Amino acid sequence: MAFANLNLGQKVSVKYFIGAMVLFIAQMVFGLLAGIQFIQPEFLYQILDFNVTRMVHINAMIIWLLFGFLGSVYWLVEDEAGTSLVGYKLANIGFWVLSIAVTIVVLVYLFVQVGSGTQASLWLINEGREYIEAPRWADIGIVLVMLAFFYNIAATFMKGKWSGISGVLVLDLLALAGIYLAGMFYSPNISMDQFWWWWVVHLWVEATWEVLVACIMAWGLMKTINARREIVTTWLYVEVALMFGSGILGLGHHYFWIGTPEYWLTIGGFFSALEPVPLVAMLVHAVYDTGTKNLKVSNHPAFAWFIAHVFGNFLGAGVWGFFQTLPQINLYTHGTQWSASHGHLAFFGAYVTINVAMFYMAIQKIRGDQIFGSALVNKYRWKTSLALLNIGAMGMTIALLVAGYQQAFIERAVEGSTWSGFFEAQSNLTFIASMNWRLLFGVLMTIGTFVLAWDLLTIGKTNDSKNAT
Amino acid sequence: MNRENYWASQTFWKKCAIWVTAVMFVILIFLTFDSVSKITAGTERVPEYSVINKKVFYKYSEARDILVPEICCEAPLFGKKLSNDEAADLIDLGKLTIQAKNCMNCHTLLGNGAYYAPDLTKAWLDQGWINESIRENLMVDFLLDPEANARSFGTNRKMPNLGLTEDEAKAVVAYLKWMSAIDTNGFPAWFKPIYQEEE
Repeated sequence: MAFANLNLGQKVSVKYFIGAMVLFIAQMVFGLLAGIQFIQPEFLYQILDFNVTRMVHINAMIIWLLFGFLGSVYWLVEDEAGTSLVGYKLANIGFWVLSIAVTIVVLVYLFVQVGSGTQASLWLINEGREYIEAPRWADIGIVLVMLAFFYNIAATFMKGKWSGISGVLVLDLLALAGIYLAGMFYSPNISMDQFWWWWVVHLWVEATWEVLVACIMAWGLMKTINARREIVTTWLYVEVALMFGSGILGLGHHYFWIGTPEYWLTIGGFFSALEPVPLVAMLVHAVYDTGTKNLKVSNHPAFAWFIAHVFGNFLGAGVWGFFQTLPQINLYTHGTQWSASHGHLAFFGAYVTINVAMFYMAIQKIRGDQIFGSALVNKYRWKTSLALLNIGAMGMTIALLVAGYQQAFIERAVEGSTWSGFFEAQSNLTFIASMNWRLLFGVLMTIGTFVLAWDLLTIGKTNDSKNAT
Repeated sequence: MNRENYWASQTFWKKCAIWVTAVMFVILIFLTFDSVSKITAGTERVPEYSVINKKVFYKYSEARDILVPEICCEAPLFGKKLSNDEAADLIDLGKLTIQAKNCMNCHTLLGNGAYYAPDLTKAWLDQGWINESIRENLMVDFLLDPEANARSFGTNRKMPNLGLTEDEAKAVVAYLKWMSAIDTNGFPAWFKPIYQEEE
């Protein structure tokens, strides 16, 4: 690959994007293993049990999305600041520290798996807390790398120029790094543990990450369809107001059942019901921008993924979240496959999509800033991966939702939430059929991921750089 | 967008973004202080760890229209009454074990975690333990050798052997007993508890 035309930030970001893609594939492979175990529990029993395959599946996802975000920010920082990155060396050290740490953590997950009931296990093996299982030593590493990253980005903007987008971005990164600290302590009290755990998980995924992708989206729209800066910046402020206005107290929808006071039922129910509003606003924004422009798209795959992001975010995070956000419904659905259904579409729709869009932005420049339009050679590849990944994610979501309905109905409503009720629901024929369908759609997604990797490695290589849109 | 309208201007929305975020965050901080004080162990909603010396059961509350945990008479775990410090140590070992064995990536606790195995929130009160007199020993046996003592209710899904020591297994049972006494606003839905002998 020729990187001569990339700026310093973009050279760092290519590394992050490659790391992200490798972890994306790992996420898919371990997701498949976990999906098979749901149907065939004997599969890898006592070798690589479900708790390990699932942990690697969700951790690979969190980390590859983070890699993608760091890469995306490094990609746009010099362009947006109008100057070169202040700490190229620091950025590279950060990348390697993070990558080596992730590799060690995954190897320990796979080969050590679990420890004894001691603090040492939490520091060295895993913390056993969903999504933030990384052992404490790795937590400290993540925070240090994030601080170095924050310094690099903020200092670059300070050296160059600030904009509305960069202002929001830098404050958001500060919040993102700060909130992670809330998850870095141990408490024997599970109510206290989960209270702060949700500070990290919710305030990342449903607040700071959403604002981060809104910044990336704002920049991306200016680049792909020449949207006016004034318009995207105003929309970004609208989104921040709506996102934080609903998302910060929307945290309360995780505080219905963990021992926290009853007022959270009202606060969480009300504010989280508003959480889809900014996502609707984004949808309007994108449709408005594309509809009122004499649309000339210079990068078809990236733009298609930006559109997938808008719809996916709205459907997965917005609609699927809203389904079960009111406590009256959540009492029956919380902790069933409903949550898995929402989780799969929300992470895919909100975050996978925009990262893939940024991969295509990057590869376009790497291949000499050619136009990725209708004259692109082998364009069936990006279209195939787009279709497979989106159909796969949607199909998996619907299948899990059907399973969730069965579970909420049989286990919760009829059987009174007992263990025998749980297994009765798991043995229900519709539930089992749904889990089979989930696996099938998961296979489609995995194939789509490999096609995506193949496309990113080859797109534009045989193209005439003067091709038209 | 009509730029003459102040409400549609960048300045207006910038101010909105800052003020809305700041106000919501301040409210969250106040609520956090209040919630943390109400979920500290030893409060009304989250009992002290020595509750494992007592009988924990489940009762319908007419006022709240949900099932709520009730704590009554002496019922020491494994027949031994523990001091507050001993109970806290046991609960601590239980929690460390639950985290170190990565229980949460198969089970849910307070409804959070993975959905491969049953929810553990009220596991102590589950009907699967047949009756109160044999429950704690059945639980320890199960944790020490989950394959031989599988509780899969006719399915082929079973827990792997995670190599718990007897002390760890007892601590996990203590933890599950303590957790079942947390007031979870009626979660999980309309839970049918183990047969509860009348006091």
